Amino acid sequence: MATTHTRTAARWMAAPSILLLFMWMIVPLGMTVYFSFLHYNLLSPGEESWAGLMNYEFFVTDPAFKDAVFNTLYLVLGVLLITTVGGTLLALLLDQPFWGQGVARLMVIAPFFVMPTVSALVWKNMLMHPVNGLFAWIARTLGFQPVDWLGAYPLTSITIIVAWQWLPFATLILLTALQSLDQEQKEAAEMDGAGAFSIFRHITLPHLSRALTVVVLIETIFLLNVFAEILVTTNGGPGTASTNLGFLIYMQGLLQFDAGGASAGGVIAVILANVVAFFLIRAIGKNLEA
Amino acid sequence: MARATTTRRKALMTALGWGVAFVIFFPILWTFLTSFKTEAEAVTTPPKFLFFDWTLANYHEVNSRSNYMRFAMNSVIIAFGSTLLGLLVAIPAAWAMAFSPTKRTKDLLMWMLSTKMMPAVGVLIPIYILFRDFRLLDTHFGMVLVMTLINLPIIVWMLYTYFKEIPAPILEAARMDGATLRQEIVDVLAPMAVPGIASTVLLNVILAWNEAFWTLNLTTTKAAPLTAFIASYSSPEGLFWAKLSAASTMAIAPIVLLGWFSQKQLVRGLTFGAVK
Amino acid sequence: MGSINLRQVRKSFGAVDVIPGVDLDINEGEFVVFVGPSGCGKSTLLRLIAGLEDVTSGSISIDGRDVTHAPPARRGLAMVFQSYALYPHMSVRKNIAFPLKMAGMDEASIEKKVSDAARALNLGDYLDRKPGQLSGGQRQRVAIGRAIVRQPTAFLFDEPLSNLDAALRVNMRLEIGELHRELGATMIYVTHDQVEAMTMADKIVVLQKGRIEQVGAPMDLYRAPANRFVAGFIGSPKMNFIEGHEAARLGAHAVGVRPEHMAVVAPQNSDWRARVTAVERLGADTFLHLRSDSLGAMTARAGGDESFELGSEVGLRPDPARLHRFGPSGETLAA
Ligand SMILES: Nc1ncnc2c1ncn2[C@@H]1O[C@H](COP(=O)(O)OP(=O)(O)O)[C@@H](O)[C@H]1O
Ligand SMILES: [Mg+2]
Repeated sequence: MATTHTRTAARWMAAPSILLLFMWMIVPLGMTVYFSFLHYNLLSPGEESWAGLMNYEFFVTDPAFKDAVFNTLYLVLGVLLITTVGGTLLALLLDQPFWGQGVARLMVIAPFFVMPTVSALVWKNMLMHPVNGLFAWIARTLGFQPVDWLGAYPLTSITIIVAWQWLPFATLILLTALQSLDQEQKEAAEMDGAGAFSIFRHITLPHLSRALTVVVLIETIFLLNVFAEILVTTNGGPGTASTNLGFLIYMQGLLQFDAGGASAGGVIAVILANVVAFFLIRAIGKNLEA
Repeated sequence: MARATTTRRKALMTALGWGVAFVIFFPILWTFLTSFKTEAEAVTTPPKFLFFDWTLANYHEVNSRSNYMRFAMNSVIIAFGSTLLGLLVAIPAAWAMAFSPTKRTKDLLMWMLSTKMMPAVGVLIPIYILFRDFRLLDTHFGMVLVMTLINLPIIVWMLYTYFKEIPAPILEAARMDGATLRQEIVDVLAPMAVPGIASTVLLNVILAWNEAFWTLNLTTTKAAPLTAFIASYSSPEGLFWAKLSAASTMAIAPIVLLGWFSQKQLVRGLTFGAVK
Repeated sequence: MGSINLRQVRKSFGAVDVIPGVDLDINEGEFVVFVGPSGCGKSTLLRLIAGLEDVTSGSISIDGRDVTHAPPARRGLAMVFQSYALYPHMSVRKNIAFPLKMAGMDEASIEKKVSDAARALNLGDYLDRKPGQLSGGQRQRVAIGRAIVRQPTAFLFDEPLSNLDAALRVNMRLEIGELHRELGATMIYVTHDQVEAMTMADKIVVLQKGRIEQVGAPMDLYRAPANRFVAGFIGSPKMNFIEGHEAARLGAHAVGVRPEHMAVVAPQNSDWRARVTAVERLGADTFLHLRSDSLGAMTARAGGDESFELGSEVGLRPDPARLHRFGPSGETLAA
């Protein structure tokens, strides 16, 4: 369905979106790249000078950088692992008929609607607090020493909080996929004498692969950008224990006002994200084509 | 072969299902309950679950002291404003990609989605400087603009997947019937895509409502939404859990309720049309 | 009003020439049927005329006016799609009124035209329903209603009956024919079903691989097909083709004879003998499926009451005046 007329119209119709996104991408990115070669302090504007690769050198050799990269990967992979495995199990559970299933489902999806600042504060104060938190009370009741979650295991604690927010997302998508599974296929396998586990392994899991791909793609996009949870709970600390790449750049830029250094970090973050995106989109493109 | 669901099995599943659901929901429930306690009761050990003196005092106090309504209004303006603006820009683009595709349409969509992969911090400094210089910091317009731009790829993508399900001959019929392009989109395409557009709106309102990088970094007071309102409770000194709970409840209630009521449309939206 | 002329119309999608070059004249008020196997380019040709696709080269004119580059709405044509393409969110009334509304007609006239059309098409009781609540036949009528209210110069139909069941199809065929006589407007009708083509057309255009194989009145095509493709495509059951020695004896690469043009006789009364492999009884007629070493597979028609035994041998005596002879590239050889 296309004439030159409609094709021309189509170009004009798509132009605003493309133009806006292109500018949103290219203008700030260009500025980031430019700033990354400058000595540039936000508090002393007008005194910029050429820095060459110095900002990069400082940023990369800063021990915090290595930590931040590790923390970023830990956070992303940890949350992905928890949400895909947990989401699959939860979806299987919610797919079973039981009384009050609808209400149970509403309860399970609720965390997805909670804004990151709220979930971070609630977990930090009311659940993970070493003195008055509920976990501490449970530990004491069971006769254990309460754990100072965010003090002793800051990154793991943040991973748990973020995973809690994203678990419903994975569950919902996997549940949707599960419900579209052809019942007859399962029954045929049962007739062939397949047990529950081999049905899951050979029929259910392959059917879920597409949904799992979507979960990984979309979560990764958001997980690379985790920010508020860190800001509100640990501020990246203690030391750099819970600083991810994004938070490191934020501190460099808006707390130390080193726009040059932060920009160098930004460029590196963009490159790393693109590497991830490249592989992800390729893997996922394949899975989504079908 | 009908699955023989014995009552026992169903009872077991019920217990298990509710148990797990309760654990996952607990943090929200706990926040909700705590919001009705006095500050003293909020921190007692052992914790009180239901048997305490229920009070609305925290809500009154949060409301009067910290201007909840203004933050809430800002959240509404930013979330809905950006979603509407996004629709306005994205509907024509999605129409073009769905009904006049070229060899490059798929690449274009992938490119759009990849702009979302760009870490926000990578462009924080320039955006901050641009906003400062154009006096957009802490303004509604600025926030609507940013939120529109970061959600635009998702809006375009979602609308594209919905539009593609609409049979092209119906639009061609409109064209034969003398509809202009605007009429084709407004009178024929949009009404047919209402469920899809609704899903798109819902998901984007939720994403924008909960967005907490740009809202925290580009607003201070005038345009600050609820994410910033809550973040202001994070200072370690003078923490009052009951009031924090009341404020949190008020910040998330609108969107949790919206999400619950629109669960069906939302699920479709969440999968970006990629899972049937 | 309603003559359409195509001059050297060519259409390619990328490297694929779907329509390699077509010349065609459609006269005012004619009922023209494009027929051909699925994928031969019928819809594409129709959409080129409608303006839903651009021609790659060539020109199209309607009533002498060059419309090659005019948008669909400016061509004064109405189209009925295979899937009906009704607006699902609008009531039947709104569906039919849509083209009038687009033309800026006032409410009162729209109302009148819609109710006239609804009466003519027996849709009066359904005006406030949505298309989803209608049966296939009713949807078809709504699609037609939407087309006729505009009083177009010509109607275009793209396989409009292929989604209906057999009984309804016969009915709608008659109704569309009646509509044509009433309105007197030019109609172009696309189908892959040669029965529809034979029964409805004033003029049939037989297409194969985007090429026009023959244009003519139904019975002309039946009696004097221009080539082997047309001969095989028009007529039901299909014409029998015999190649090899038998054909060579008659000075042709292949000879064709329709089942209805052969008498079934006792084997000793004919040179053509074949064994009965299947018997199909339709009541009035009996169709015999036959096989022989010299002739290959054949179909023959016999009377409804005659009896045949599977595996028995019969003789076939073709009517010599109705034998068709074809050359090596399929062209019809002069008698
Ligand atoms: N938009 C298109 N792009 C590429 N090829 C097309 C397009 N439309 C039709 N074709 C091809 O053109 C040929 C003719 O299609 P069509 O006109 O729909 O056939 P018919 O209606 O006779 O069944 C087919 O081989 C089809 O695959
Ligand atoms: Mg066709």
